[in-house]
Amino acid sequence: MRRTTRALPNKTGETDQLGVLQPGVTLQDRYLVLGVLGSGGMSSVYKGRDLHFPNVTKLVAVKEMLNMAADPTMYEMVVRNFEREADLLATLSHPAIPRIYDYFTQEASSYLVMEFIEGRDLERLLGDSDTFLAEEKVITWAVELCDVLTYLHGHQPQPVIFRDMKPSNVMIDQHGHIRLIDFGIARIFQPGQKGTMIGTEGYSPPEQYRGEASPAGDIYALGATLHHLLTRRDPRAEPPFSFSERPVRQINPQISPELESVVNAALAYDPKDRFGSVEAFKVALLSAAKQTGILISPQKSTALKLPSDVQELWSFECEDEIRGSCIVHRGILYVGCYDNNLYALDAKRGTFLWKYPTEGGIPTRPAANEDLIYVASEDHRLHAVSADQGKLVWTYLAEGPIRSSPTLYEGHVFVGADDGHLHVVNMLNGRRAWRVEAAAPIRSSPLVFDERVYYGCESGDFYCVDFRGEIKWRFRAKRAISSSPIMVEGILYFGSMDWTLYALEAEGGWQIWRFRMGRPTISSPAYAEGKLLTGCADGNIYAIDARNNREAWRFQTEHQVTGSPLVQEDSVYCGSVDGSMYCLDLRSGRKRWMYRTGGPITGTPTIHEGSIYFGSNDHRVYALLT
Amino acid sequence: MDFFKRIFGRKKPPVPPDGVKTAPLDPMMVAPTMITPLQGRIRIGMAQSTGVERTHNEDSLFVLQGNAAGLEALPEFGLYVVADGMGGHRSGEVASAISVRAVSRRLFEDSILQLMSIDPVTDLVPLQDLMRMALEEANMAVVERVPGGGTTLTAVLHLGHQITVGHVGDSRAYILTDSEVHAITRDHSLVKRLEELGQLRPEEAEVHPQRNVLYRAIGQGANLEVDVFTLPIPRDSHMLLCSDGLWGVVPDQEILRIVSSSETPQEACDRLIDAANAAGGPDNITAVLVYFPPE
Ligand SMILES: Nc1ncnc2c1ncn2[C@@H]1O[C@H](COP(=O)(O)OP(=O)(O)O)[C@@H](O)[C@H]1O
Ligand SMILES: [Mg+2]
Repeated sequence: MRRTTRALPNKTGETDQLGVLQPGVTLQDRYLVLGVLGSGGMSSVYKGRDLHFPNVTKLVAVKEMLNMAADPTMYEMVVRNFEREADLLATLSHPAIPRIYDYFTQEASSYLVMEFIEGRDLERLLGDSDTFLAEEKVITWAVELCDVLTYLHGHQPQPVIFRDMKPSNVMIDQHGHIRLIDFGIARIFQPGQKGTMIGTEGYSPPEQYRGEASPAGDIYALGATLHHLLTRRDPRAEPPFSFSERPVRQINPQISPELESVVNAALAYDPKDRFGSVEAFKVALLSAAKQTGILISPQKSTALKLPSDVQELWSFECEDEIRGSCIVHRGILYVGCYDNNLYALDAKRGTFLWKYPTEGGIPTRPAANEDLIYVASEDHRLHAVSADQGKLVWTYLAEGPIRSSPTLYEGHVFVGADDGHLHVVNMLNGRRAWRVEAAAPIRSSPLVFDERVYYGCESGDFYCVDFRGEIKWRFRAKRAISSSPIMVEGILYFGSMDWTLYALEAEGGWQIWRFRMGRPTISSPAYAEGKLLTGCADGNIYAIDARNNREAWRFQTEHQVTGSPLVQEDSVYCGSVDGSMYCLDLRSGRKRWMYRTGGPITGTPTIHEGSIYFGSNDHRVYALLT
Repeated sequence: MDFFKRIFGRKKPPVPPDGVKTAPLDPMMVAPTMITPLQGRIRIGMAQSTGVERTHNEDSLFVLQGNAAGLEALPEFGLYVVADGMGGHRSGEVASAISVRAVSRRLFEDSILQLMSIDPVTDLVPLQDLMRMALEEANMAVVERVPGGGTTLTAVLHLGHQITVGHVGDSRAYILTDSEVHAITRDHSLVKRLEELGQLRPEEAEVHPQRNVLYRAIGQGANLEVDVFTLPIPRDSHMLLCSDGLWGVVPDQEILRIVSSSETPQEACDRLIDAANAAGGPDNITAVLVYFPPE
């Protein structure tokens, strides 16, 4: 015989099989039901009017609780408990607690009549917006909540434990003050079943499963409520007691470390490790507010701190913007530039070795194999030049600019072009082996794996073709796919201009999941430790769990992120159009350092022997020591 | 519909539409389990028992497995579902039964059936979203029709080289290689959670009085959180789906020993059930075992 626990409230306003009272019904010849404020499980709350005040509209809130007890003795006991609790509530007097006017029992329900509060509960308030709440606001509410809990815990002759602190039980009234509703009186009406975990709804402390109710439990639940308010992550959607797996600042970096540690302390697993009292909780909140100067000036101090652990090795100036990416091959760095040249620089010293002129801008990444370097240019050509001296070996002419970076595979160069073809060219002599038509220009870099080629194009079509150029399957995104696919364990990942990162099964092209971002993306994803990393035009670098599409973290840069992240050990390196190269912690998304250049960074960095290399639209190639 | 009956009907072995004779299959083998005695094929077994101490069986299972051959053949696919119902007055068995139906129907309609269509279908729901929808539908069905009832549910949809798992509650999916066994699902139970937090040792969890308390199950409210993830199929390995009537009674290592010493998945399932009953059979027992051949 087992029972479970968690019953999430039905959405507000939704009615259920319990039969909610309709507007127009009058209870006790006195309370006219005007509408439903909330309903779920065994209880409903109505907005009502007290007809004993015929000349004014006196509003009340009426909470109805269904008595489900089957036999008469049980039924009586439930009613008696209800009346005892209602009597207790009626003696409470605190500005944050609604006044109790009346109670009664009729038929299978008991009713509690109380002050009507004009306002919204915090759950609704969270749901009504999609931005983070200001730290200051949350601290102000938290302090008020501490005050009312202090009052309850100090109640004589017996402390009152609230037991059910959570956003939906806290209202913000029309004066902006908090009000505690729902004193868990409804609990009396819940049939106590074997194995049922009362109130395990994400906010409850671990000791509650042992049936303990104490001030320390209210402290935990308040911590959980604050965590939810600050992160917007509903703990009911997470495993119980898992707050430490979602540190506040990892989700909402705007929050001060001081407030984060106060919340953490309240959420300690062991009650002994929490604040000793709600007063102590409040003192900690106030001192956090003071330390961050939150009440004095908006915080802006953490930014702009110059990196201490990154050092420029060298930089080299070209004649125009560098929009593509570089590679390092046999100690030489190769990078294409909008001055039409492919540059070769000594990777250690940054000295110029040679340049090879094409007749168009180079927005791509070169590819290298042994003695040859392959580079695609907007002059419609794929160029193969010697790696040591930059001497032309062959060129291959497409019918449009080439903005796709070449991929080398078994003696062939695979490259897309604006002429709407995927070209497959013999690596040694530059002759076409075959080509296949796509619906639009191909700007993504093809992925070749296991006799299959995968690539997206500007119409939003994504293709899988075999080595005879035959289409095996096709997938369609809603907008262009300029992002280049990667494959991990048989699943393809790529982004699209339709604001989405896709995960497709490689064999048949079935969509496994999609992840929606705030703007289009052309960044190609990277993979490490079960996470996908991608940039987006919304300015974020995202880390997404590859198994399911849950966001692990995001890091906001100051402009679009069009380049792709690179992961090395536990660091993510990614440039932004804001001009900076960022180094982030792979696990948390926290910034390790940033390095500012004089122009947007649109390419992907590369790492070689402890140095990171990338180009910037300020015309320079940078080498940093990591 | 005829087409499906032919392919999936459990009574008859599949008959090629063109009437060409294939090697005859032993109907006894094919009937309940569809074991295909071909090399390099997926093989499956399943078994269920009310157990020794219970009078009702509240577990449900569903198994569907498809193979195709030919140039433009369909990918291999399969759908495996195990659910363990709970709640008095027979509501447990109803909850698990309708959940299994709701989930299977949604997955069948929107994934497997789509594969069969001749024109390529675009704009399909992503598989993980589909899995989530399927379990949410089951949840709504139980909330509406079986008040007081609930069920665990673990569903695996296999398409091509990937399996997508949907999971709520404390039934489990395991991967077993020759020498190792590990659960790929995470129990949504209080004791498991306390164990994860280092508050309980596994030995303590096994005998904990509240080891049956779940923090997530189908049928417990309007909002359901579902674990969904996708994995490559475990090559040359077994996948086991089972209710806690098996894993709560037969230790993982013993499960591994039985599976690796059995000739067929069906034999393994039968022996697993026997082992659980021999150990007291305190609860309903369900096991579905799938063997994925090497590539
Ligand atoms: N006194 C009140 N004034 C105005 N609205 C209220 C009042 N009490 C409750 N509500 C509304 O009804 C909802 C449910 O009330 P609550 O007492 O928490 O019931 P439940 O037992 O269903 O949680 C609250 O979230 C709030 O929006
Ligand atoms: Mg409430």
